[in-house]
Amino acid sequence: MIEVPTPEQPAAAGSQGSQQAPAVYVAGLRKSYGDVTALNGVELAVAPGEFFTLLGPSGSGKTTLLRLIAGFERPDAGTIELTGADVTGTPPYARDVNTVFQDYALFPHMTVAENIEYGLRVKRVPKQQRKQQVARALDMVRLPGLGARKPSQLSGGQRQRVALARAIVNRPQVLLLDEPLGALDLKLRQEMQLELLRVQREVGITFIYVTHDQEEALTMSDRIAVMSNGGIEQIATPVEVYEHPRTPFVAGFIGVSNLIERDGDQITVRPEKITLLTEHDQAPADTHVEGGQVTDVIYVGVLTRYVVALDAGGELVVSRQNAGHSGATVTRGNQVRVAWRAAQAFTIPR
Amino acid sequence: MTNSVGNERWLRVRSVLWKRPWARATLLLSPPLAWFLLVYIASLLVLLITAFWQVNPFTSNIERIWSLGNLQTIFTTPAYLSIIGKTAGMAVAVTVTDAVVAVPFAYFMARIAAPRTRTALFVAILLPLWASYLAKVYSWLLIFTNNGFLDWTLGLVGIGKSNLIYTNGAVFIVFCYLWLPYMIIPVYSAFERVPASLIEASQDLGGRTWRTTRRVLLPLALPGIVAGSIFTFSLTLGDYITPLLVGGTSANFMGNVIYTNIGIANNVPFAAAMALVPIVIMGVYLLGARALGAFEAI
Repeated sequence: MIEVPTPEQPAAAGSQGSQQAPAVYVAGLRKSYGDVTALNGVELAVAPGEFFTLLGPSGSGKTTLLRLIAGFERPDAGTIELTGADVTGTPPYARDVNTVFQDYALFPHMTVAENIEYGLRVKRVPKQQRKQQVARALDMVRLPGLGARKPSQLSGGQRQRVALARAIVNRPQVLLLDEPLGALDLKLRQEMQLELLRVQREVGITFIYVTHDQEEALTMSDRIAVMSNGGIEQIATPVEVYEHPRTPFVAGFIGVSNLIERDGDQITVRPEKITLLTEHDQAPADTHVEGGQVTDVIYVGVLTRYVVALDAGGELVVSRQNAGHSGATVTRGNQVRVAWRAAQAFTIPR
Repeated sequence: MTNSVGNERWLRVRSVLWKRPWARATLLLSPPLAWFLLVYIASLLVLLITAFWQVNPFTSNIERIWSLGNLQTIFTTPAYLSIIGKTAGMAVAVTVTDAVVAVPFAYFMARIAAPRTRTALFVAILLPLWASYLAKVYSWLLIFTNNGFLDWTLGLVGIGKSNLIYTNGAVFIVFCYLWLPYMIIPVYSAFERVPASLIEASQDLGGRTWRTTRRVLLPLALPGIVAGSIFTFSLTLGDYITPLLVGGTSANFMGNVIYTNIGIANNVPFAAAMALVPIVIMGVYLLGARALGAFEAI
């Protein structure tokens, strides 16, 4: 059921008339709050079973888009479709989507089990069945036997899991996640990223995931929509977004911003694709070589970043693995050369 | 020389205070605590003690002889029992009515109204609290009185007279009016503290308006409602002026019994015994309220 689309064959079914309607399709979506435009005519299609991420800085409109799909807000213009059915005017309780909230939004006066079975009660699932499904959901998020606790007795990570269980127990067509790991510390966050991926593979539900963390987006997503200023900058796979950013914004937002201007074109090269050469090093064949001066050396454990001010103008970050290589130590102020293969430099389309 | 000795002494005092937090607390709390014990607790204790004394029927002097006679009289006289029941019933009726009015009102203020409307409503609720209690009751007297404002209005639409003045109905209406703000404010703050995401989560899980209200909003607002009910209930239980003014001679509540026994019959021990009844009722009520989590909402 999991469909990992390749760049050549995007999963966006959209208007291509494929056999299966997209799980979510929005078109011409606009929303403003007073004078502030939150969404400025957004269109996208999410394939069934896909892990789709909305990535952008705060204020880019990603949460607004999620809330429109959930039905918490009404769009000023545009349509929202869930598996081909128009739900633009449907209230949230009648949409077959569930949300994992940023603050988890667990009902404090109910136990964990009561929280999870809330949606099932609404659907009038018989008590016996409800109990089984709650137990299964708790197993899935690795919290077996915690049903009788109150949310206040749980840790942040456990609450996160309960929120996830409460949503997936309903088997919605689409699960919306609004920065669900934002409140967790780094270690727990990385653990939960893997958890989320495992759960998504297990249940096969379409995930729409909102985050401002580019690393999280690259790690987890089948496809990423990079958003800025209420619009979508690029929709593509993590590899595509990272290696071939379509706009300067995407190039700058994903990874280290490595943007230089040459002959009127904006060029970006990823730091790890650049080779740092000292005086005696021979430049590898078929590379573009430029000279410059190291202005900063930043040690970050697995690698070291060198900031190089280029003689031809601009600044590039070069990263080198700390694998105990033979290369001479480079310190601040050193005169160096940087080299990259033409294929790895990417000219951003105007 | 003497100066430095004085300084040294001060330093010692300060270091003692610094080393012993309880000493600092004692210093800080002694004056208010003394006031509290003397004026508040002591007077209640005197009341408690007086309730077990008697009045000499001939000389009207208080005799300091311990007995349960006063309480016995209260609990064996049907008239007194019916007064207690009537007062408690009135307090319950006022509390329920105020809660029913306050919940939708407070919900509107907390979650729907625009900031400016909310401020206007707040002023509307708080303004009457700054006016004198007596002025408010007298204004209701003017409304209810024979050929008063109410009768005049009813006459205009051709309904006739209301005959509300000097009835328990009038007392009920005035009580509801007087104590409503004390219910709205805690309920409002309870609603305001419910995160919007909880309501969205309920809707998201399929809950329509009624279920969301019933299962999420009301349980979370309940401590606020109970907190408000403590005010409406206790204030109704002890009031004697409103029954006196708009309830006339027919209105006989616990407060009125206490009032007449002190002011007219000059039987302070019996008044004290009667005053124990609402105190005990409130004690039981507060225990129940605590069980419902009301004190987290104040």
